[in-house]
This record gives sequence, C-alpha cells and structure tokens, in this order.
Amino acid sequence: MYPASFNYYRAMTLQEALNLLRQHPEAKVLAGGHSLIPLMKLRLANPPALVDIGRIAELKGIRRADGTVVIGALTTHREVEFSEELKQWCPLLPEVAAHIGDPPVRNMGTIGGSLAHADPAADYPAAMLALGATMKAVGPGGERMIAADEFFLGMLTTALQPGEILTEVHVPVLGKGTGWAYEKFPHPASRYAVVGVAVVVRVENGICREARIGITGAAPRAFRATNVEQALAGKRLDEATVRAATENMVSPEGLLSDPFASAAYRAHLCAVLTRRALLRAAERAG
Amino acid sequence: MKVPVTVTVNGQVYQREVEPRLLLVHFIREVLGLTGTHVGCDTSQCGACVVLMDGKAVKSCTVFAVQADGAQITTIEGLARNGQLHPLQEGFWEMHGLQCGFCTPGMILAAYDLLQRNPNPTDEEIRHALEGNYCRCTGYHNIVRAVRYAAEKLRVQA
Ligand SMILES: Cc1cc2nc3c(=O)[nH]c(=O)nc-3n(C[C@H](O)[C@H](O)[C@H](O)COP(=O)(O)OP(=O)(O)OC[C@H]3O[C@@H](n4cnc5c(N)ncnc54)[C@H](O)[C@@H]3O)c2cc1C
Ligand code: FES
Ligand code: FES
Repeated sequence: MYPASFNYYRAMTLQEALNLLRQHPEAKVLAGGHSLIPLMKLRLANPPALVDIGRIAELKGIRRADGTVVIGALTTHREVEFSEELKQWCPLLPEVAAHIGDPPVRNMGTIGGSLAHADPAADYPAAMLALGATMKAVGPGGERMIAADEFFLGMLTTALQPGEILTEVHVPVLGKGTGWAYEKFPHPASRYAVVGVAVVVRVENGICREARIGITGAAPRAFRATNVEQALAGKRLDEATVRAATENMVSPEGLLSDPFASAAYRAHLCAVLTRRALLRAAERAG
Repeated sequence: MKVPVTVTVNGQVYQREVEPRLLLVHFIREVLGLTGTHVGCDTSQCGACVVLMDGKAVKSCTVFAVQADGAQITTIEGLARNGQLHPLQEGFWEMHGLQCGFCTPGMILAAYDLLQRNPNPTDEEIRHALEGNYCRCTGYHNIVRAVRYAAEKLRVQA
C-alpha cells in the first residue's frame, strides 16, 4: 500500500513551518507519522502536501520552569518513557508512555502528534486531563495556551485551528503527597486503549484533597470523571470508599461500542480501572 | 515532485531522488535492492519491516524515505562482520529461533535496540521489547532464548 502523491516541504524552524502552512493551507503537518502515514496508506487521508516538522530543534526536549514541566511537542514516546527528569518531576507520563503501542512505535510517535490527532483510544489524553495540562499552540494569530479541559472536542477533533502548530505541553511537577497511576485495558490486537484511566490524587493526613480522573477509549473523546472526583474530595481513599464512588460511575449511553467491547462493557471497565488506578495512586501518595 | 535524499545504509552512502510518498521499506528493498527487510502486514503491526534508524528500531513501512534523509540505517544485511554472524544472528541459529524466517530480520533488529539499552534483560523484558514483532511459526519461546543467548555472548565480549 502506498499513499496518494503529495508535495513535501521540510521546515527547520517553527517560523518556517508556520510560513509553509500559510503558503499551503491544504497541507498537513507531519511529525512522527505514526497516525498520519497509516491513514494515508489506507487513503483515508489524502493531503496534497505535507509540512515535515520532525527536525525542528526548538520543538524538542523536556525542561522545568518552576513548578511546571515543559515538554516539546516532538518529544517521542520513547523519550518520555525513559526520561530520568520526568520520572522525578511527573512520573505519570513515563508510566503512560510505556503503554503506547510497542517499542518501534514509541521510537517514532510524538506527544504533540498524539494530542493533535486526538484518537479516542490514545493514551496521553487521559493523562493530560488528570494532570490539568496546558497545550501551547502557535499560529498565524500568535500563540495561545489551551487547557486540557478545553482541548479535546470530539472524535479526532481538538481546539487547534487550521495553520496552528502545537509546540509545547505544560504539566505540573507532582510534589510530595501526590499519587498517580495509569490503568489500561489494551485491545489485544492493536494495543490501543479499549479503556484507559489516568488518576492524580493529592492527599493530606490520609484525606483526599483533590482527585483528577481522565478517561480515554470509552467515549468519542477523553473526558473527566468529575462525579467521582467530587465524591472523593475530603474522604479517605480506602477500598470501600473508592468502590462506592466508582460503582456505576459512567452510563453506557454515548460510549463507544464495537465488536470487541460493547458500550456496557466499556462502562464496566471504566469503573474497574478507575478503582484500581485510585487505589494505586493513593498508595503512592502515602 | 521528486526530492533528493542521502541515506547511509549499513555504512554505505546512497544518494537518490525519490517521490515523497516512497516508504523507507520500499526504498531499502526496491531502490537499493536490499531484500532482507521484509514487508509483512504493511499496516504498522507486525514488525517484519523493522530496521534501525539512527540506532533505534523503527517500522520502515510507516516511515517515508524523506524522513530518513541524513540518517544512518542498519538492516539485517549490515549486522555480520567479516563473514562472522552477529551474536543475535548466531543466537537465532543456535536456539532455533526461526522456522520460516520471515519475521527474523525484524525480530533481530528490535532485539538489537533492546540490548543496546538493556544488556541483561529478563525474559519478561525481552517479551515486552518484542511486543511489536509477530511470529507465526515459533511460538516465541526460542526467540526469547535466542535473545538471551546473544545478550550473554555480548556481555562476555564487552
Ligand atoms: C501499530 C501502532 C500502534 C499504536 N498504538 C497506540 C497506543 O496504544 N496508544 C496510543 O496512544 N497511540 C498509539 N499509536 C499512535 C501513536 O502514538 C502515534 O505516534 C501518535 O498518535 C501520533 O504521533 P505522531 O508524531 O506519529 O503524529 P503524526 O502521525 O505525524 O500526526 C498525527 C496528526 O497530528 C497532526 N500533528 C502532528 N504533530 C502536530 C503538531 N505539533 N501540531 C499540530 N498538528 C500536529 C498531523 O497533521 C496529523 O494530522 C499507535 C500507532 C501505531 C502505528
Ligand atoms: S510490514 Fe511494517 S509493521 Fe508489518
Ligand atoms: S519464523 Fe516464521 S514468522 Fe517467525
């Protein structure tokens, strides 16, 4: 299988990429290509032009600015998985990255590409919601910050506008008293998430001060389980409390359904995986 | 549109003009004639097409040749030295890590990536590292043994 013909433009700087996208409004951005190329080979996507951003140095790397970790959009899943800095600053992300696809996929795929693509079964979106991440986008109208809660709009749809490039992901440094976990039920063939649940909890003297829960795979877009978050605030995260808060937490209505997993089964997985993730996160919070 | 690319494959520099849609696996197999790299599923699943790009295992059916411009590629043809099999190749031979052999080049290069990072992997780590490589013949057991064999041999050599 080979894609339809397209014109290829390579940008070496962010400014060059923005200019190329302005000159070729019909072009698509190419990062790692691990969502886009399979779609192009199936001819489900036939962009007449690609702007390759894969070599733009300013979009790479992981750094810390006070209480925030800044991750360049081109950072590969493998770099996140093995980053010693992230293991210290925001260990939820290496845990999530290790669940994505398989090692060769993780060597090419990027965090920016995964978020911009917004596959309903992708892993990172759940983590972005649980962390309260912010995406930085740069476009013809300048740059703006988009909260994760406002970023994922629907199936393969984000708040990014045509001509805009996602440049950075900002996540908080997870401090003492914070616990995290990612629980995934992978599709046995594709390894994508049938359901994936990311959890971040802040615990003080054994009491949950804040819980954030992001769920991917279940619905057309990743979403937060705010009902469970609220039910747990001010409570002890013991097995009985967590079980009570997660039982029937999601209604099957509006969930995805396919021959492998019905909406009702996905709703069940949401409850089971959220419970497991919360208990593991609580243990880590100490 | 044709685009010039310069790719170093197994130490040899190749300059060619390619269509942007040409996949790296077809560049390797059809333009350069190195047919040790296989196409299995052609849908990014099976890992038969795995090569090393700048030292990292990638599925070459899901990379455009233009993305490999300037890169160092290693294929199965580039592993043996002076007629001497690489310890991974030797391991697959000694441990019967193959039957039809179709998956073997990809398996070996994915395992190569693992052993660079982790010279002493557990069986579980070997299995996880080869998650993106399917074998329809062996049942995987002997593949794990082959990688363990190579790991031991490489540690002794180092
Ligand atoms: C076999 C296989 C298994 C996989 N399994 C999983 C899995 O289990 N979990 C999972 O989460 N993912 C999985 N993936 C997807 C993988 O994580 C992709 O790498 C990722 O979704 C896309 O990242 P990319 O850099 O390859 O983006 P590309 O494919 O290059 O781009 C994807 C889309 O995003 C746009 N885009 C890319 N970067 C930017 C940017 N910086 N700004 C604006 N737009 C941009 C592109 O125009 C395109 O529309 C799998 C992929 C494969 C091939
Ligand atoms: S042929 Fe590339 S992954 Fe199967
Ligand atoms: S030996 Fe036949 S597919 Fe692996």
